[in-house]
Amino acid sequence: MVRASLETDFAEVWIEGEISNLRAPGSGHLYCTLKDDTSQIRAVIFRSIAARLRFGLEDGLHVVARGRVTVYEPRGEYQVVLEYVEPKGRGALQLAFEQLKQRLSEEGLFAQDRKRPLPAFPHTVGIVTSPTGAAVRDMITVLHRRWPTLRIILTPVSVQGEGSAEQIAFAIRSLNEFGDVDVIIVGRGGGSSEDLWSFNDERVVRAIAASSIPVVSAVGHETDITLADFAADIRAPTPSAAAEAVAPVLREVADRLGELTARCHLEMNRRYHADRQQLDLLLTNLASVRFRVLEEMQRVDGTVIQMRQAVQELLQQGRERLHALRHDVAGGSPESRVRQGLALVPQLLSRLEQVMRYGLNRRRQQAGSCLGRLHALSPLSILDRGYSIVETVPNQDIVRDAGQVVVGQEVLARLAKGRLHCIVKEIRHDPSV
Amino acid sequence: MAGVKFEQAMARLEAIVAELEKGDLPLDESLKIFEEGIRLSKNCLKVLEEAERKIEVLVQDKNGKKQLRAFSPVDEETGEVDS
Repeated sequence: MVRASLETDFAEVWIEGEISNLRAPGSGHLYCTLKDDTSQIRAVIFRSIAARLRFGLEDGLHVVARGRVTVYEPRGEYQVVLEYVEPKGRGALQLAFEQLKQRLSEEGLFAQDRKRPLPAFPHTVGIVTSPTGAAVRDMITVLHRRWPTLRIILTPVSVQGEGSAEQIAFAIRSLNEFGDVDVIIVGRGGGSSEDLWSFNDERVVRAIAASSIPVVSAVGHETDITLADFAADIRAPTPSAAAEAVAPVLREVADRLGELTARCHLEMNRRYHADRQQLDLLLTNLASVRFRVLEEMQRVDGTVIQMRQAVQELLQQGRERLHALRHDVAGGSPESRVRQGLALVPQLLSRLEQVMRYGLNRRRQQAGSCLGRLHALSPLSILDRGYSIVETVPNQDIVRDAGQVVVGQEVLARLAKGRLHCIVKEIRHDPSV
Repeated sequence: MAGVKFEQAMARLEAIVAELEKGDLPLDESLKIFEEGIRLSKNCLKVLEEAERKIEVLVQDKNGKKQLRAFSPVDEETGEVDS
């Protein structure tokens, strides 16, 4: 009678309170006590209702619930059978989101060090999204505008409603099994938070985290954040932005390639001209040094002749002196004159020696410094870098133009080490290196 | 994968240009990397000119076998979802 009365009078009640003493036995039904500051009531949530809860009940959680009051006759206690429960102050979805986020984050699924960089030049892009709607069109359009030859593999799924989370997770795994995909975009266009809910599903989040191919998430608009975004390697604010993040612009890459190639050629050309100029300069200097050496040698010869003349003159003077002395001696002059004359001879000889030695040394030094400069300007330094000097045989004219020689002519190629005696087999007049 | 090779080739080409522009290599080494650079440049250009541009759909038949087929506008119109 009590039960009948209670169940009619309290067929539907709204209760607000804090969950405590929560128990979840194997039956799947949930039992707890709802209490506030002054009172409490036992509550039960049957399995069918419990399975539909989107968030997890936990002790201390403040809820608003709807139910009917019944009597549990074996114990004579009244209780409330809850048919609807929502967390107070925030939506059930929000709470479920936070609970799952907390759990997966503790598991390390969202850790920064799991994030991988996207491939710079993907060859094949996998897309997991609905085959209809603007999102897939936007992505394909942007991808092909940026990289017109990109290969795209679409795995069509439904992105909201019953079974969609499973499909999305399955599609991510399928692309991984298929291989040959460089990067995956998982996403959809904008919608209500209910519409986007599949992207908060644990199965989707785990599939993204487990993907061995880098994943870009692109769910809804800029302001929508889902757990898929936390698990993805990169979160793009929109599907179009995901396509932009994934594909480089082919024209820019082609331009860069062209620029690098041009710089290669330019540098090689510059190098060739600089080396050639230096070689020409060295050859010019070499010629002038050769000339100066010859000049110097001539001057040495001149000095030797002068010295010979000087010696001759000194000898002549000495002879004349002796002759005069002899004459004096013969003239009955005192012996002292003879001694004087004889003493003069070694003195003259030593002066002669001094003059000769000084002159020779000076010339030797001059010749030596010329050789030093000759060495500094030697083309050997440039030969070391791989150039060779080609000369005609036997005139030793330096060959600067292929037109200077004829087929069959002998030439001598001077290398850094050794020289090659060559015969000209063919003459080409290419202007290039 | 081709994309990775392309990335490496571009990076190598960048390095070669920097090396050439530094200008302190002997002539024969300069020539050697110059030739390598031109070879890389040609290969990269070939990749850029590859005309693949395919859109395919990855589907699974009743036996669970995955296969690719061309993406046709029919998918968009009917909104059918293969699973």
